[in-house]
Amino acid sequence: MMRDESFIAGIKEDMSTNGEKTNGANGQTPVKLTRKDFQTDQEVRWCPGCGDYSILAQVQKVMPELGVPKENIVFISGIGCSSRFPYYMNTYGFHTIHGRAPAFATGVKLANPDLQVWVITGDGDALSIGGNHFIHALRRNIDLKIILFNNRIYGLTKGQYSPTSELGKKNKSAPMGTIDYPINPLSMAFAAEATFVGRSMDIDPKHLSMMVERLAAHKGSGFLEVYQNCNIFNDGAFKSFNEREVRDEKMIYLEHGKPLLFGKERDKGIYINKVKPEIVTVGENGITIDDILVHDENTLEPNLSYILGRMQYPEYPVPMGVFRAVQKPTYEQMLHGQVSKAISTSGAGDISKLINAGETWEIN
Amino acid sequence: MSVTTKEDQTKQQLPVEELDTVTIRFAGDSGDGMQITGTQFTSTSAIIGNDISTLPDFPAEIRAPAGSLPGVSGYQLNFSSRDIHTPGDEPNVLVAMNPAALKVNLKDLEAGGILVLNTDEFTESNLKKAGYATNPLDDDSLSGYRVFKLPITSNTLKALEGSSLPFKQQERCKNFYALGLMYWLYDRPLEPTVKWVEGKFSAKPEVAEANLMALHAGYNYADTTEVFTNYYKVGKAKIRPGKYRNITGNEATAIGFITAANLTGRPLFYGSYPITPASDILHELSKHKNFGVKTFQAEDEIAAIGAAIGAAFAGDIGLTGTSGPGIALKSEAIGLAVMTELPLVIIDVQRGGPSTGLPTKTEQADLLQVMFGRNSECPAGVVAPATPADCFRMAIEAVRLATKYMTPVFFLSDGYLGNGSEPWAIPSMEDLPEMKVSFRTEVEGFFPYLRDEQTLARPWAIPGTPGLEHRIGGIEKQHITGNVSYDPDNHDLMVRLRAEKVERMKQDIPDLEVFGKPEGRVLLLGWGSTYGSITTAAEQLQNRGVSVSSAHLRYLNPFPKNTEAVLRSFDHVIIPELNLGQLAMLIRAKYLIDAASFTMVKGKPFKVSELIRKVEEYL
Ligand code: SF4
Repeated sequence: MMRDESFIAGIKEDMSTNGEKTNGANGQTPVKLTRKDFQTDQEVRWCPGCGDYSILAQVQKVMPELGVPKENIVFISGIGCSSRFPYYMNTYGFHTIHGRAPAFATGVKLANPDLQVWVITGDGDALSIGGNHFIHALRRNIDLKIILFNNRIYGLTKGQYSPTSELGKKNKSAPMGTIDYPINPLSMAFAAEATFVGRSMDIDPKHLSMMVERLAAHKGSGFLEVYQNCNIFNDGAFKSFNEREVRDEKMIYLEHGKPLLFGKERDKGIYINKVKPEIVTVGENGITIDDILVHDENTLEPNLSYILGRMQYPEYPVPMGVFRAVQKPTYEQMLHGQVSKAISTSGAGDISKLINAGETWEIN
Repeated sequence: MSVTTKEDQTKQQLPVEELDTVTIRFAGDSGDGMQITGTQFTSTSAIIGNDISTLPDFPAEIRAPAGSLPGVSGYQLNFSSRDIHTPGDEPNVLVAMNPAALKVNLKDLEAGGILVLNTDEFTESNLKKAGYATNPLDDDSLSGYRVFKLPITSNTLKALEGSSLPFKQQERCKNFYALGLMYWLYDRPLEPTVKWVEGKFSAKPEVAEANLMALHAGYNYADTTEVFTNYYKVGKAKIRPGKYRNITGNEATAIGFITAANLTGRPLFYGSYPITPASDILHELSKHKNFGVKTFQAEDEIAAIGAAIGAAFAGDIGLTGTSGPGIALKSEAIGLAVMTELPLVIIDVQRGGPSTGLPTKTEQADLLQVMFGRNSECPAGVVAPATPADCFRMAIEAVRLATKYMTPVFFLSDGYLGNGSEPWAIPSMEDLPEMKVSFRTEVEGFFPYLRDEQTLARPWAIPGTPGLEHRIGGIEKQHITGNVSYDPDNHDLMVRLRAEKVERMKQDIPDLEVFGKPEGRVLLLGWGSTYGSITTAAEQLQNRGVSVSSAHLRYLNPFPKNTEAVLRSFDHVIIPELNLGQLAMLIRAKYLIDAASFTMVKGKPFKVSELIRKVEEYL
């Protein structure tokens, strides 16, 4: 079928007005909320030292800054350690079933697009049992803010390998090492045409809170992968590249419009040779700063972001930040647009007309 | 009539026979348009005042090879001057458009019945595809029937000579030619079909014209050639005065749910994944966005129900629809809806199973699945429409109960109800129940699991309501506060409360009605789409003076209050079902009544005669 361009254009115009109402809309005075307003009286039950605490703290810290009244915020999760998250957020929350959180979140967002809907999930929840929902929520570009806590292990079920566990990793269900090739969550998100894709980590609170804010501000399907340490079953999974001492050399922070530089001296950079990224040093072998790839979050085609998303330790520095942020009409805008269009063309539904429609006859 | 007066003159010279009931089956290749022929004959008959009941029967394959046995599509309709409840046991008339259609359907035709055959299609290759060693037109295998051998295809092409349509399309008009023949034979007017064709093909006037030419040609052929030596009339039925329309069960289901949502004052959200025979509900609902209906075609069955539950959490009327295999996939999510005590309606348009089974055939074998097919103690309400039109009323009931008791309710339909049609007495708006829903907004004294004393429903507090922020989920809830609780006594209490809540729906559902005397020798107890055959069987036996009554359960969980009293008023209770005795098992377990189970699982409804024979064993 042909795309209905005028319809899509109409939606684009509406995009600035649709979406969750900000705090203080409807003429009320905005109430200044604090981090405390987002804490619940429930005892947090993650293992001491778990990376989840840091993520919870950053989300609670960012929430008051968003200007969204807390009654308009909903946290939805599946099953797993991370999925306990909604119990600790003093907003609306729904702890659902394994892998299906995006489906429930879709229903919530479609029922009421004014709500800001977050999905909290893990590597097993989103990529194994829930792989299908993850893909489809992203490709529909429904305005969900999905945070995936990637600890590369099953925590709640006590230590089996997950779809992101490295090949050969020894664990409870693979004492001789896993023989499953791992999946790259970012590759999946790009393939599903997610309009926002980012990555951060539990042990960099500043970056994490910035990424949560970026995700919150995005309109459309947003995906943030957070490297999270499970100190019980997979301690130190990321430490070879993300500990403070090695970070500068082994990670690279993406900044829109800036060349991809890293290293203590910020003299190393990413040069794209045909379609293959190469690590080069500015000033060596004739490389100048102009040879370094300049990061662009906003290109519609995700090819370059995809290449960056696949850069892995130890071959490459591990990228952190926003890989991709593009705007497209959202699913809920198009759905509600169709409802409004149907009402304006056929008139608001009239039950009496509906049941009396079609060929009718009278029996006297 | 729009045809010339000449026909009436010819007809006047022929003998006419008054019949009170006729069953016709149109059968042909799935590309032959038999469903259209059938539905047109149906609406015309309804419009002139007959009571009608229909049974479409199409193959599971979209287009099996032309002329093959699996490719045969049929449409049976029963029209009468009496009040009827079934599409008829054995057709009195079979219109077979090719050898395969003859082969598949002949065994059902009554002895001495009318057989109209399209001789053009009895070619060597078609006979071979249908597995005929010799041409039945030439041997005496059809001698027990009144056979009319007509060159339907070539006559259609002759009538369309000079039409600008391509040959293939001209050929396709033969279903209207056959319809014209049958209209003549049963004395039906052509106007309703003329009107329908003009409307349907308004964008393609050449197609409309060709179809109408074929229709008239068929009618005129019967009239001028005197191929039929007599014709028939079937008078108006005595039907309750009112305004009627013909409706299929799936249509009635869709508009029933739109109406129900409207009555609650909340938008309808339908999450669904395409599946036979439930997809028509998705198609129908997606046409009505101007009622605020949101249809969501999900990536799978689980996402479909997940989204519906999410929508219910956020204040929409959450609805999901599927068939048996889809219910299996949705089970875990249904458990979550039971646990979180959200209103949700789950449509199951049952089909033959297990597994993929017989997707286009009917069965009633999901009753125990919807009752118990989930982990742990996981009760849900169950309603089951009895006829296609009843789907409208029971859809409203499902939503009324789900929203009032804040818990999932199943709407248990089946392929026969969904695709079958009957005249529907359009209700007036005043007949519809009052069922506005309200959300909790008061902050003072709010607890997510504090229950209404009468219904045990918890408050429906939707996101967006200031001060009522709360968390729900699949982990056991503490009574009243709704906090996570692993306490053994609390769990025991909550399991019982969830069951009690469903049980209390009893106070809100009508008594089981008995058709016939309230006590006696035999009670035929049914549920769902067997209503038509059971009622007809009881009616016929009552006319013979036999002590038989029937009762039909439209509420299966909980059963109506008076169910046990009704059952105990009869010496024998016989429960006919299209499964291996699922309702019988429930009734026997619940009431310790020695009910007899009578079952058949052939993918099609009971014949009235089969039921009568069964009852006779108990007299
Ligand atoms: S098992 Fe691992 S992921 Fe789960 S709470 Fe404990 S440390 Fe955190």
